[in-house]
Amino acid sequence: MATLLDAPTSAGQKLRRIPKVAWGSPMTYVVAFLFVGVCIAPVLYIIVGGFRTNAQITVDPSGLPSPWVVDNYLSVLASGVFWRQVANSAIAGILTTLGVVSLGLMVSFVLARYDFKLNGAMYSLFAAGLMFPMTVAITPLYILIRDLGLMNTLGGIVLPQIAFALPTTIIILVPFLRAIPKEIEEAASIDGAGRIGFFFRMVVPLSLPGVITTGILAFVASWNSYMLPLFILNDELSYTLPLGVQAFASQYSVDTARVLAFTSLSMIPALIFFSLFERRIVGGLTGAVKG
Amino acid sequence: MTHSLGENSAVTTSPEGPSVTGGDVQTSSPARRPRRGRKTDWRKTLEITLLSGPAIVVFLAFVIFPVFLAAYYGFFSWKGYGPPTEFVGLDNYLVIFQDSAFHEALLHNGYIVVLSLIIQGPAAVALALLLNQKIRGRSIIRVLIFVPYVISEVIVGTGWSLMLQTSGAVNDLLDKLGLGFLAVDWLSDPRIALWSLMIIISWKYIGFAVILFLAGLQSIPEELSEAASIDGASYWQIQRTITLPLLGPTIRIWAFLSIIGSLQLFDLVYIIWGQYVSATAGTSTMATYMVLNGRLAGNFGYGNAVAVVLFLISLVIALVYQRYVLRRDTEGALTEGKN
Repeated sequence: MATLLDAPTSAGQKLRRIPKVAWGSPMTYVVAFLFVGVCIAPVLYIIVGGFRTNAQITVDPSGLPSPWVVDNYLSVLASGVFWRQVANSAIAGILTTLGVVSLGLMVSFVLARYDFKLNGAMYSLFAAGLMFPMTVAITPLYILIRDLGLMNTLGGIVLPQIAFALPTTIIILVPFLRAIPKEIEEAASIDGAGRIGFFFRMVVPLSLPGVITTGILAFVASWNSYMLPLFILNDELSYTLPLGVQAFASQYSVDTARVLAFTSLSMIPALIFFSLFERRIVGGLTGAVKG
Repeated sequence: MTHSLGENSAVTTSPEGPSVTGGDVQTSSPARRPRRGRKTDWRKTLEITLLSGPAIVVFLAFVIFPVFLAAYYGFFSWKGYGPPTEFVGLDNYLVIFQDSAFHEALLHNGYIVVLSLIIQGPAAVALALLLNQKIRGRSIIRVLIFVPYVISEVIVGTGWSLMLQTSGAVNDLLDKLGLGFLAVDWLSDPRIALWSLMIIISWKYIGFAVILFLAGLQSIPEELSEAASIDGASYWQIQRTITLPLLGPTIRIWAFLSIIGSLQLFDLVYIIWGQYVSATAGTSTMATYMVLNGRLAGNFGYGNAVAVVLFLISLVIALVYQRYVLRRDTEGALTEGKN
């Protein structure tokens, strides 16, 4: 992870030192440009399509808006349904993030800095969770949530999301906490801080970069989550955005332009979040995978 | 493994043993500690319990316990209400293994596993090698190719199904480019739908592979290829004999994640083809089969049995892969918990 985060700076220094390699072969740029184009075009289609009218889309499905209209976006932004779903997604995302970060940090602290017999077994238990995404557990999980009386509540998706985000969180945080020098802990202990005091006063601030990474991963996963809400949230009032997009798309299937506008608006928060914290997300993912 | 402050571990293991003093010398605890051995020991257990308890409870309850629940319910014919009473033994499993719809779903999963590996793998390695050169705008490129991975499956599914309609943007664009003969019924023609799915899957997940490989490439010391190039090796020789072998561990981990993801595929198929069309379009997966025949049909016993089958198939593949492919890289980082 460190290499990844450092990479841009070292590349920058290289550029200055050896200006010759600054541009490289044109072929590289052509291929890179094409690849980026392929990645971005469908996203642009959705965003730009929202600025067209249905008539424009029917006549010329792959054309550009002429003229550009903002009515679709305005009507989505004016609808209470959209904002309710944004609120539901935001609440679920924030609660999931808080839960994952606090539970994950506590258990990672134990795994990283306590010596006890079951330490290895405990780590393996969580690491094994990485191998099994929610799909496998969804049917019994649905029954469990229903029996707990959490159907149609955000709690019913937050709790499982916390549980399923724990493995990644632990795998990212444990190395972070292990890297805190022992001397700091000893100094804290001499100053009279117990291990819990050390945890709150030193560990929490020092592990902040790792905490931010895992928090963002958990938030984006929750924001995008589809299968769990599909099972747990049947009442339209409790819908999160992904369910909302799907419901909107089938309800207004003839109003393609408005569906496109709704879809673009629903991805904006994740995109903004991602572009702000891109380094951390990428670093966290690759760190977790290679960790 | 850890340089933890388990200061009294020596005391714990042999409190009455002959080597108590020896043990104490080895520990890092300040001299005033040893007397309180018992007390701190009790305290340490309490701290471990309080700090790790909540995470363990949540994890066991919502990740591990459901798998056991599924195994239990899978032996019943059960509509999901009240306690299951109609024990049917292995009947559900017999039905699963005889159902041609399940065979098809399994086959589709197999195609998706293999095609994902052979489409995304080489392309992602090539793109990562290309982007690993020092070119302008590398960081913005890195952000942009990651966008498809970050947006949700629902957005990807909704957008692509609009584009791939027979009168959608893709066919229209092909027409404009004079390639109208390539325009097909992307989503409902059973000979084509699986390939359309592969296009969408590749588009959504290749960015992740490229980013992962780029990170792997950046951890390879530059001195190696510099030395080789001084010795007269060509660019391709360097890539083939130095870079690719050193990227091996990253590629193998990516392949593992890709395989597991392909086996569990649900969201994209369900969003684009819905609950019923996926079977006729030839894109059903084990997970969509499970949802359709379990929850939607109201047969929760059966749905849970399918979940167990899906779990066991994934588990066996994961273990075999770890045993024979990942072992040499990680020495069981995932299974033995030591890194």
